[in-house]
Amino acid sequence: MIGPKFLAAGALAAALGLNAGVALAADTVNIPCVCELSGAGAVAGTNFHDGAHMAVDEINAGGGILGKKIEMTDMDTQTDPMTSRALIQKAIDSGAYAIMGTIYSGSTIVNMMVAEKAGVPQFTGAEAPNITEKHNPFIFRTSSGAEKGVPALTSYFKDHLKVGKIAISWVNNDFGKGGHDVFLAQMKKAGIEVAADVPSEQGQADFSADVSKIKQSGAQAVFVYLNEEEGARFLKEARKQGLTAPLVGEVTLTGQKVIDLAGGAAEGAIAHVGLATSAPVPSIEDFVTKFKKRYGRDTDHNGIKGYIGVYAIKYATELNGKFDRKALADKLHGLTLDAAKYPNMLLTTSWDANGELSRESFITEVKDGKQVVTGTVPAN
Amino acid sequence: MRAAAPIASMAQFLQVLLSGLSTGAIYALAAIGFTLVWQAARTVNFAQGEFVMLPAFFVLIGVHWLHMPRWLALVFGLIVAVVVLGLLFKKVVVEPMLPNGGLPLIIATMALSILLKEGAKQFYGAEAQPFPSLFPQTTLHVGGAVVSVQDLMNLIVSLAVVVGLTLFLNRTRTGRRMQATAQNPRVAEILGVNTRRMVLYAFLVNAALAALASFLISPIYLAKFSNGETLGLVAFIAAIVGGFNQIRGALAGGLLIGVLDNLTATYVTTEYRAALPLVLLIAIILWRPQGLLGVDEGRKV
Repeated sequence: MIGPKFLAAGALAAALGLNAGVALAADTVNIPCVCELSGAGAVAGTNFHDGAHMAVDEINAGGGILGKKIEMTDMDTQTDPMTSRALIQKAIDSGAYAIMGTIYSGSTIVNMMVAEKAGVPQFTGAEAPNITEKHNPFIFRTSSGAEKGVPALTSYFKDHLKVGKIAISWVNNDFGKGGHDVFLAQMKKAGIEVAADVPSEQGQADFSADVSKIKQSGAQAVFVYLNEEEGARFLKEARKQGLTAPLVGEVTLTGQKVIDLAGGAAEGAIAHVGLATSAPVPSIEDFVTKFKKRYGRDTDHNGIKGYIGVYAIKYATELNGKFDRKALADKLHGLTLDAAKYPNMLLTTSWDANGELSRESFITEVKDGKQVVTGTVPAN
Repeated sequence: MRAAAPIASMAQFLQVLLSGLSTGAIYALAAIGFTLVWQAARTVNFAQGEFVMLPAFFVLIGVHWLHMPRWLALVFGLIVAVVVLGLLFKKVVVEPMLPNGGLPLIIATMALSILLKEGAKQFYGAEAQPFPSLFPQTTLHVGGAVVSVQDLMNLIVSLAVVVGLTLFLNRTRTGRRMQATAQNPRVAEILGVNTRRMVLYAFLVNAALAALASFLISPIYLAKFSNGETLGLVAFIAAIVGGFNQIRGALAGGLLIGVLDNLTATYVTTEYRAALPLVLLIAIILWRPQGLLGVDEGRKV
């Protein structure tokens, strides 16, 4: 039995806690980071978190946003969608002005409804197409979604590689299916024949049949739309069977993780990357150096996502001249932040009415075990 | 140039066949483990998939933690696998459980499978790890076909081991004692065979085969805690399809599934190929329950 005294004490404590929160809100602005700090998404989440904190410290050192210092508390989703949902609620209850996170699409799809209901702008690192298809007015990407990346690749296949027949190897989950459907539509439009359409299971270990099917189809290039581990297994199997067609992926295929796993088999793999830390752009090179100096290690593109997300909040709020969640979301829709005027965006960035992001992107290739930028794709 | 197309497709077919045989030979190694344990202890080891997953991690421990050269790490992995998955498995799990009958032991192996999987995940992380390749990752051009050296070596090594094992069982005194123990432990004991030791040998051989399978697949599949799930199931089906009580049956079953998987995916359907081993399993259970090469073990009441 819980006695009435205990309840009263609890109520008092809650009331005091609430007061403390309100008092705090007066001279700081609360932007919690709800990220994958442990579990499968820990690498991505930690980079996003570190990038965001770097931006916060820079902004605070320069006087904050409209004179208010940013207060960023960390909440670890453990890469669990249900936990992330509860934490987004917790972030809202703590009086969040905007929320940074989450990075995994599976979590974001679940928790973005909570922020939408409360009317709190949310800056996600997730890239699954369905996130911006929900017409949620409070979700904003910090990198382009897959539905932007695949069309960028179409011109690469058509004009650069000049292929007439192509194969696709894709993972049969939410992420893979989204990309696969966009890809088929794009190829049809571009007049490229899809000679082999090869789905695989998440976590599939054996790609020998997938590769032999693609070899047999006579495809002149292969679009590899797989997660990191499966991508690495595919590259190894392709090398093993002597598949010589160019292997082209979206984001992950030239990432450090795939290079580490696939070793020599990753050599020559090509990928379109929305944000590349290896991009030969001075602003990004500066960011990468700054990050390394502060944390003593290299970041992947998730570090950039966290960094520019916080700066987007700052710039849009200053354009509004006030702290208003609804006004912040409205301002960002259709906004273009020019990197010349807003240097900490690193690259000129725009958002459309669904929070989808658009900016210059890169074609990368693995050369000597490193991701190298070989071309740029204009914003679409 | 009309002849070019059929030759090209023939070369293609041979490549697919070799690729299937190579994968199938590794399935066969794991499947033979099922039959060995069945013969030795009349039980099914549902942790067999994990027995194939784990030795790769022993090698990685040797390389990363003990800083061994690659060949030494492989020897280290093999020895640890034989001790842990052979000796300890028999002493700690099989011996205490066996007097209670086969079923409790089967359930114990299921528990063991979860323990090994989660243990590997806890200890080495949930992410896949690169594993050094045993053979050069080059290709040979034979006629019009591109043959992978790795596939070829996987097949040769696996078949050599199976042939060696069969010779050992049929031609050596110890091998024949092991067979006698498997066929009728009581009579074997009367004839002076140390049956306990023979059973132990069967477990050690099983662990060594699993370790070998692990070393052959991990360069391609990467070392990951969950690798045993599919592998264990496919090897189990291969053993049933080929004949659970015959080594040659398990070999045939493994090769058959490997080849059929690749042929189906290449020429028929990639969407439904995962169902193929299961369809095969149902067909075998319906029409030839003892397996393709198995021997009927009808029990008389």
